[in-house]
Amino acid sequence: MTIGLAATSVPQTESLRRRFLLTQAIFGGAALLVCLIAPLVGPTPIRLTRVFDGSIPFADNIDAQIFFIARLPRAVTGALVGAALATAGVVLQALLRNPLATPFTLGVSSGASLGAMIVIVLGIPLSLLGVPVVPLASFSGSLVAVGVVYVLSRVRRQGLSTHVLLLAGVTLNSLFSAIILFVQYSANMAESFQAIRWLMGNLDVSSYAPILSALPLLGAAFVSFAMLPRSLNLLALGAEHAAMRGVDVLRAQRLAFVSASLATGAAVSLGGPIGFVGIIVPHMVRLLAGSDHRTLLPASAFLGAAFLVTCDVVARTLMAPVELPVGIITAMLGGPFFLWLLIRHR
Amino acid sequence: MLRADAVSFKYGADTVLRDVSLSVPPGGLVGVLGPNGSGKTTLLRVLAGLLPPSSGRVTLGNDDLGSFSRRVLAKRMAMVPQETHMAFDYDVLEIVLMGRYPHLRAFQIEGTDDLRYAQHALAATGTSQLCTRGFETLSGGEKQRVVIASALTQLSSDVDTTDQSQILLLDEPTASLDLGYQLEVSQLIRSLNQRGITIVVSTHDLNFAARVCHDLVLLRSGRILATGPTEDVLDADAVTQLFGVKAHVGYDQAAGHRLVVPIDRTHPSSEP
Repeated sequence: MTIGLAATSVPQTESLRRRFLLTQAIFGGAALLVCLIAPLVGPTPIRLTRVFDGSIPFADNIDAQIFFIARLPRAVTGALVGAALATAGVVLQALLRNPLATPFTLGVSSGASLGAMIVIVLGIPLSLLGVPVVPLASFSGSLVAVGVVYVLSRVRRQGLSTHVLLLAGVTLNSLFSAIILFVQYSANMAESFQAIRWLMGNLDVSSYAPILSALPLLGAAFVSFAMLPRSLNLLALGAEHAAMRGVDVLRAQRLAFVSASLATGAAVSLGGPIGFVGIIVPHMVRLLAGSDHRTLLPASAFLGAAFLVTCDVVARTLMAPVELPVGIITAMLGGPFFLWLLIRHR
Repeated sequence: MLRADAVSFKYGADTVLRDVSLSVPPGGLVGVLGPNGSGKTTLLRVLAGLLPPSSGRVTLGNDDLGSFSRRVLAKRMAMVPQETHMAFDYDVLEIVLMGRYPHLRAFQIEGTDDLRYAQHALAATGTSQLCTRGFETLSGGEKQRVVIASALTQLSSDVDTTDQSQILLLDEPTASLDLGYQLEVSQLIRSLNQRGITIVVSTHDLNFAARVCHDLVLLRSGRILATGPTEDVLDADAVTQLFGVKAHVGYDQAAGHRLVVPIDRTHPSSEP
């Protein structure tokens, strides 16, 4: 970029507001569009006009039934998981001041995986009293991991140490991974296969029940995120900068850490540890719309939703009727696209 | 009035500040002068309320500094650290507008007033033309001035600012700058002070201190050696005691301030 001779003047508040709304409208529109189109794709072709045809009663409208009952839950799950992972990525990257951080950096997902793994391998029935056990176990696992990391980071009294947080997370990840390998090693073939499939991530949800059970947690996390954007801008500059600008650093760090962990734990319990979304979507949005967290957080939620639902459509149609694990597609589709974005901006 | 009263500070077992007492009068321009490792940065952090003193107390007006919330304090006091590193790319305008943090809600977009303050701060620091540049693409001197602009934006308010109640702390603002930028930043600091902002600036640059500061606090090994008006405090003896250097201290007619010319090392200054 060259330095113009004419002094660049500060924009008007109206144009800032307009740019913010336009950005959100574009990303939000994309997310909505993808969520509407995704349920139309599948082995039985259905038409959107028939789905929303009010003259046919719902009981007789096969298209609407397939759309709302069979396929929409899956799209909604994908959108929620994608939004949660992407925003958790944004928050943790700012908290740790590290562009390589992901929602899984602090051990949340390996804790969740271990929980799920134990239930699968022990052959505990998949549902107890109507409550599905695997998501519950994985969420408990993530809570254990978060608790351990948090306590470790508090051992030194001077606030929340991001270095300790990072190292504790990485160490915990290795430890849990080793235990997961051990559990798998001692399992039989069938259990082991089921466990590996879970680790690859899967959005095979065909009812609204799991969504409803994850919603309170995700909702709490999203509400916390909404209190954070300007604090995250300053935390990204460093704790001292943030404190001098008026941020209650410890409170902001705690809120960021706990809410990002909750979002990640809930997302993993819904869809398994789906990789790549939480690191690549935040960077995509930064490249497209800048690093201001007021824009970045909601736009990442929208793009995360659109991206994961798209990947899921590809995963279930690419080799239909065989369904690929969506975790494979996120990296295969997102990787080249992200590299292209990087090169284009140099 | 910002005042430190018998303040000591320890990092673990190391005592970095011992029994430091000083007061910064409203509208003052106070330099904290001392060699590397004398505790200048720590003193500034304690005065900013970032580090609680191990003993003694720091007060702003009549109140203990610890009794203010960060948000309230941020409306009266800003700091420019020695170096600023960004974890992500922000452009200059974004950095400057971040100064409005204590005045806005989480998602609130800057209003007309906020943007006007930013514009004034950019103009005052001569950085208006850098507005859309990425922060990491700037030179050291440009970065320093942009961070100062952000601090000024932070301190701006509708309330009459001529009451000299606003304090700007600068940690070695010229340490990494060449001669031209050093002079620019010196002039900027003086003009901000003339506009009523109280300034505390740490430095190990004797001639910078002589040119800019009305009053000096001489700091060695965490202890105060002397405090007072620059003309009274800055002499050959003080230079020897602070830096272990024999120096000639004269007066330069053209510059209009004292001039320190180092001559020879007398003894290592690290031990008192």
